[in-house]
Amino acid sequence: MNFARFLGWRLLTMAATLLVISLLVFVIIQLPPGDYLSSYIAELRAEGDTNFEEKVAFLRELYGLDQPLPVQYLQWVGGFFRGDFGYSFEYGLPVADVVGDRLFLTLLLNFATVLFIYLVSFPVGLYVASRQYGVVDYGLTFLSYLGLAIPNFLLALILLYGANVVFGVSIGGLMDPALADEPWSGAKIASLLAHLVVPVVVIGMSSTAAMIQRVRANLLDELGRPYVVAARARGVPERRILLKYALRSAMNPFVSDIGDLLPSIVSGSVIVSVVMSLPTTGPMLLSSLRSQDMYLAGSFLMFLAILTVIGMLVSDILLALLDPRVRLSGGKRRR
Amino acid sequence: MSAPIEHWVSTAPFDPERTTSLHSNLSDKLLAASQARLFWWRLKRHRMAVISLVVLALAYLGAAFAEFVAPYGLSTRDTSHIFMPPQAIHLFHDGAFVGPFVYPMKGTLDLDTLERHYAEVRTEPQPIRFFCRSEPYRFWGVIESDLHLVCPQPGGTLFLLGTDRLGRDMLSRLIFGARISLTIGLVGVGLSLVLALVFGGLAGYLGGRTDYWVQRVTEVLRSLPQLPLWLALAAVLPATLDPLFVYFGITLILALLDWPSLARAVRSKLFSLREEDFTAAAEMMGARPSRIITRHLLPNFASHIIASVTLSIPAMILAETALSFLGLGLRPPITSWGVLLTEAQNIEAVALYPWLLLPMVPVVVSVLAFSFLGDGLRDAADPFAASAG
Repeated sequence: MNFARFLGWRLLTMAATLLVISLLVFVIIQLPPGDYLSSYIAELRAEGDTNFEEKVAFLRELYGLDQPLPVQYLQWVGGFFRGDFGYSFEYGLPVADVVGDRLFLTLLLNFATVLFIYLVSFPVGLYVASRQYGVVDYGLTFLSYLGLAIPNFLLALILLYGANVVFGVSIGGLMDPALADEPWSGAKIASLLAHLVVPVVVIGMSSTAAMIQRVRANLLDELGRPYVVAARARGVPERRILLKYALRSAMNPFVSDIGDLLPSIVSGSVIVSVVMSLPTTGPMLLSSLRSQDMYLAGSFLMFLAILTVIGMLVSDILLALLDPRVRLSGGKRRR
Repeated sequence: MSAPIEHWVSTAPFDPERTTSLHSNLSDKLLAASQARLFWWRLKRHRMAVISLVVLALAYLGAAFAEFVAPYGLSTRDTSHIFMPPQAIHLFHDGAFVGPFVYPMKGTLDLDTLERHYAEVRTEPQPIRFFCRSEPYRFWGVIESDLHLVCPQPGGTLFLLGTDRLGRDMLSRLIFGARISLTIGLVGVGLSLVLALVFGGLAGYLGGRTDYWVQRVTEVLRSLPQLPLWLALAAVLPATLDPLFVYFGITLILALLDWPSLARAVRSKLFSLREEDFTAAAEMMGARPSRIITRHLLPNFASHIIASVTLSIPAMILAETALSFLGLGLRPPITSWGVLLTEAQNIEAVALYPWLLLPMVPVVVSVLAFSFLGDGLRDAADPFAASAG
C-alpha cells in the first residue's frame, strides 16, 4: 500500500517534469529566427524556381507551420503518444524513420556506461575503504581529480590519437563498417560489444571516479559507527563486518547517486559520440541543430530527457525498495 | 572511619589576570583577527589550494597582458612555416654556453603525401631575446607598443609550441585564447550567481510556497542533461552575430542552466542560518530584514558562496570548450581554447601534427587549479565540517 502510493506519487511528478521539459524543448526549437522552411524557400528562389509559392504553401500546410504555436505544440506532443515524432525537413522523412537504430544504440551505450560505473566503483570503493590511506587510495584520489579535470571528449580525442599512432587503426564507430548495413547477427553483436568498450570507459571514467569517492566516504562513515565497533568487539570477522554490516547501510547513496550522474552520463555520451563518430543520437542531434531541422532536434532532446527522467525513476524505485525510510518520507530524495 | 581528606590549597597569591595572560601570548593575534584574516590563514594550510591560486593568478596576469607576453600576434601568419613542430630551446652550441636559443627550422614539402617535414639547421643558433622590440601591437586595442616579453631574432622564428595550418604561432594563440576561456567562466558564474542569489535567496528567506516552486524548477533543470540543451540554445545564436554578442550570449546560455545548483547551496545555507540564535536575537532586537540579511546572514555565507562559485567555474570552462569544439559555441575570429581545439577534430591531422592537441593542457590545468582552490576555499569556509576525505 505504502509502496504503491509512493510509486503513484513518483509517476505523477515524472509526468509533470516531462510536461515542463516538452514545453522547454518546444520553446528552444522555436527560438531560432526563421525555420527550415525559410531557408528552403531561399534555396528554391536562388534556383529560379517559379512556382515556389505553391510548393511552400503546400509544405507549410503539410507540416502544420501555418497553425498558431500552441496548436503546433499540442500536435507535436500529441504525436509522441502515437509514435509520430514529426517530420525531418532535411531528410524528407518522418523522424521515426530517420532515427532508426540510433535510439536503441544510445540506450545501449548509456545503459552499458551505468553498468560499467557500478561494476567498477563497487568493488574498488570497497577495497579502498578497507585499506584507507594506502597507495591505491592515494592513487585513486589523484586519478579522480584527473578524471574530473580531463573532459571526456578530450580523453576520447587522446585515445583516438593514440590508437591512430600506435596501432594505425581507427577506434571510432560502434561496429565494423563492413557489418553496419547487415541485418543483426551474432558477428554483428560481437563487433558491437567490442566497439562499445572504449566509449563506455571514456564516458564513465569521471563518474566512476566520483562514485568510488562516494562509496569510500560512505563506507568509512559507517565503519566508524558504534554498531561496527560493537560487532568488532564481539569478534565478528572483518570481512563480514564490511560486507554484511557497513555495506548495506552505505548502499543508499550508491543507488540514489545514479540519478545525479545520469544527466552527466547522457551529456557525455552526446559529445563523445560526436568525437568518436558513433551512430547514436549525438552526431545527428548536432547536425540537426546546425541545419535547424527542428522536429528532429526536438525529438532527440526529448528522447535524451526522457532517458534521464526514467533512469531517475528507476533509481528512486530501487532506493525505495532498499530503504523503507524513503517510502515513509513521501518520496523525498534522501542523501 | 579515617580522618577527612585534606584539601589542597594553593598558597600562591591570587592573580585575576592569570588566565587571560596565559591565553594572550598565543592568541592575541588570533583574537584580534578579522573573519577574512582567519579565512586566509585556514586557506594557507591547504598547500594545493595556494599553489593553484598562484597558478591562476599567473594565468590571469598572462591573459591580461597577452599582447606583451605572446611573442606573436593572434593572427600573425608565417606562410613559410606551416604545421611546424615546436622548436626546442637549447643552451649549449658546439659545447659553448650561449644561453637560451633555438635553431632555425628548414621545411620541405613531400610532394607525394603533401606532408611537411622540418629539420633543425644546427649551424646558426638564434638566441631568444627578452624585453625586446618586435611586432607592433595595440595593447587592449588602445596603447600602441612593440615591446614583448620574448621575441625571435629579427628574421628568425620562435615557435615554441609549433604552428597551425595557417602558420600561426600556437603559443601566442593559446595566450590570447586564455583571455576568452578564463573570463567566460568568471562572467558566466557571475550571471549564474545573480540568478542563484535571487531565486535561492527568495526561496530560502521567504520559504513556503515560493520555496516550493523554486525547488521544483531547480529539480527539473538539474534533472536535464545539460550539454544537449546547451547545444540547442547555442544553435539559436545566429552565425552573423557580432563576436561580442556571441560571447555574452554564450555566457548567458551557460548561466541559464548552471544556476540551479548554486541556488540550492544559497537556499540551504540561508535556511540553516535563519535558525541560528544570533538571527533570532537580531530579530527580537527589532532589526529589519534588510539589516539581518546584509549584516548577519551575508557575511556568514559569503565564504561558502565564494567556495561554491569557485567550484562551478571549471564546469563553465569545460562547457565553453565543448561548445566551441563542436562548432556551436564561439567561432573564429574569437579565439578560445575550445576554438583552437576544433583544429584537432580531424584525427588524421592530429596524427601528423600532434601539437594541435596542446590547447588541452591549459584547459586541464586551469580546471584542476580551480577545483583545488575551490576545495581549499570550502574547507576554509567551514572549518567544522568534516574535511572531505
